Amino acid sequence: MTSAVRFQKVSRHFGSVRAVDGVDLDVASGEFFAMLGPSGSGKTTCLRLIAGFEQPTAGAIEIFGERADGVPPYRRNVNTVFQDYALFPHLNILDNVAYGLMVKGVGTAERHREADRALELVKLPGYGTRKPAQLSGGQRQRVALARALVNKPKVLLLDEPLGALDLKLREQMQEELKSLQRALGITFVFVTHDQGEALSMADRVAVFNNGGIVQQGTPQDIYRRPKTAFVADFVGSSNLLSPDLMALLGGDRRWASLRPEAVRLAGDGTEATVENVSFLGAATRLAVEMHGTKLHVMLPAGADVPGVGTRVRLAWNRQDIHYMDDAA
Amino acid sequence: MTALSVSHSGASILSRRNGFAGALSDSFWRHPKLLLLLMLTPPLLWLGIIYVGSLIALLMQSFFAIDDFSGVISYEPTLATYAQLLNGTNLDIILRTVLMAALVTIASALLAFPIAYYAARYAKGRWKAFFYLGVMLPLWSSYLVKVYAWKLILAKEGIVTWLFAKLNLTFVLDAVLSLPVIGGNSLSVSYLGTFLVFVYIWLPYMILPTQAALERVPGNLIEASADLGATPAQTFRTVLLPLALPGIVAGSIFTFSLTLGDYIIPQIIGSSRLFIGQAVYAQQGMAGNVPLAAAFSVVPIVIMGLYLTAAKRLGAFDAL
Repeated sequence: MTSAVRFQKVSRHFGSVRAVDGVDLDVASGEFFAMLGPSGSGKTTCLRLIAGFEQPTAGAIEIFGERADGVPPYRRNVNTVFQDYALFPHLNILDNVAYGLMVKGVGTAERHREADRALELVKLPGYGTRKPAQLSGGQRQRVALARALVNKPKVLLLDEPLGALDLKLREQMQEELKSLQRALGITFVFVTHDQGEALSMADRVAVFNNGGIVQQGTPQDIYRRPKTAFVADFVGSSNLLSPDLMALLGGDRRWASLRPEAVRLAGDGTEATVENVSFLGAATRLAVEMHGTKLHVMLPAGADVPGVGTRVRLAWNRQDIHYMDDAA
Repeated sequence: MTALSVSHSGASILSRRNGFAGALSDSFWRHPKLLLLLMLTPPLLWLGIIYVGSLIALLMQSFFAIDDFSGVISYEPTLATYAQLLNGTNLDIILRTVLMAALVTIASALLAFPIAYYAARYAKGRWKAFFYLGVMLPLWSSYLVKVYAWKLILAKEGIVTWLFAKLNLTFVLDAVLSLPVIGGNSLSVSYLGTFLVFVYIWLPYMILPTQAALERVPGNLIEASADLGATPAQTFRTVLLPLALPGIVAGSIFTFSLTLGDYIIPQIIGSSRLFIGQAVYAQQGMAGNVPLAAAFSVVPIVIMGLYLTAAKRLGAFDAL
């Protein structure tokens, strides 16, 4: 498998700020790769390094085996869908989409035909004559996608493309993006701070924190076996169990994580007090207090829901306890 | 429950402001159009009667003519003054002025763009303040003082001649001055000198609107353009320039119309041949031919009208 994008010890420092620090990364060709992390974790800078808007302070970047440092953005066969779409306000939709072909010298008739096809691909046929200001957020997002895809990029970079959309539209676009990526076979590198988005769409996820990658792996891997407390907390809203609590419960004296849905109410478990109950539709989430630690318990729909203040007993399977490297 | 209800005791829920001011602001709130009318009436009176009214009175003068023998204005509508306007010498004055205004505008736009681009894209904090100060400072001193200073700078005994001599480049200056039409005895009595001073005086009026337009171009459009494969030159031509054009056109309205109407700079610096402003000054003053002066002042208005129509046709305001 050729790698589409490879980072070797890549750093990007802005003065004393280490935005990206010694990142190793390997995105396989045709893969849907998500870079997940809180704001300021370095994920967007990594994306800008691939696009060529930033140059690495140290390290090497390869795109399909070719050294990319020093190559300006307009000489890279990589296209970006920007967070706020960055559509050209003075051009109509068709000319926006055809822009990449126009600057490459493709004739008017041909580039308009290609642009029409790209607009059909993103389900906006017939919108060519409108101006970006006349479109809704979701439609602009699709135009930005078409404008990038019309160039048939080797790698498509998406910088929080769904951030500005409402929930319903976001879920719809997630599915569409995923099936588009499968159909076109283009490598997608997707930046997001939304763990649900990353887990549901990506083939592989890299979790960023403080300018570095904390963990890389499949969504299942990262969700079930978080390497650090940060990943457990950020990715799964997992319960963190301190070494002292683990010792009390008869386990190893180490930090561990326990997913809320792995915990169940049982007649013979550890005692806890219900502090809050949130109805989420498909499930009900309890906030409980157990030996001085706050935990979340996810009850499936249809289960009996205890009231606030009641004493309950909690149980879980031993294999659902996942020990971690650290608790940083 | 009791704690919350305490705050309501004493005061009513819908409190009313007492007094005339309170009643007035309440009624303005209920009738926003009344406030708008009150605010717009004084400026509209000023603009409508004093400003536009006097302009119309002036333009009407251009449709009268002066009696050649008596020198008295005859108040019969006629196009004789316009016929006079378009004959040899007067037409030369018009063409000379329009050409000068066009060249000054182009030169100002070319000089202003890099400065405005730097200020809009790169200058931050203290450098931005320095930029505004640098651009505005020349506007704070008297226009006449500046023009006379330039007369001394460009004079045969002035600093420019001295500098060229010091650098052993006198032959360059002589070669420039020996050029036909734009040259002359010294820079201060040549069209070239007039041009230089015009550009100096009106440049800030080009920089500021251009900078304002560039400031509104989001940086990520430049990145998006590069991302889609456009070289910096293509990005400039297809993204930056179209989006900055309304600002450049706004600036060119200033530089073009100010040059069209100015009568002091060409009088102090330049050859003795007249520009429109000087012709207006001479006709309404010494010559006492107010109709011809009025006809001359119609010229810049017509030219600006044509210019703006052409700019609109070319899509200069599409990005507004």
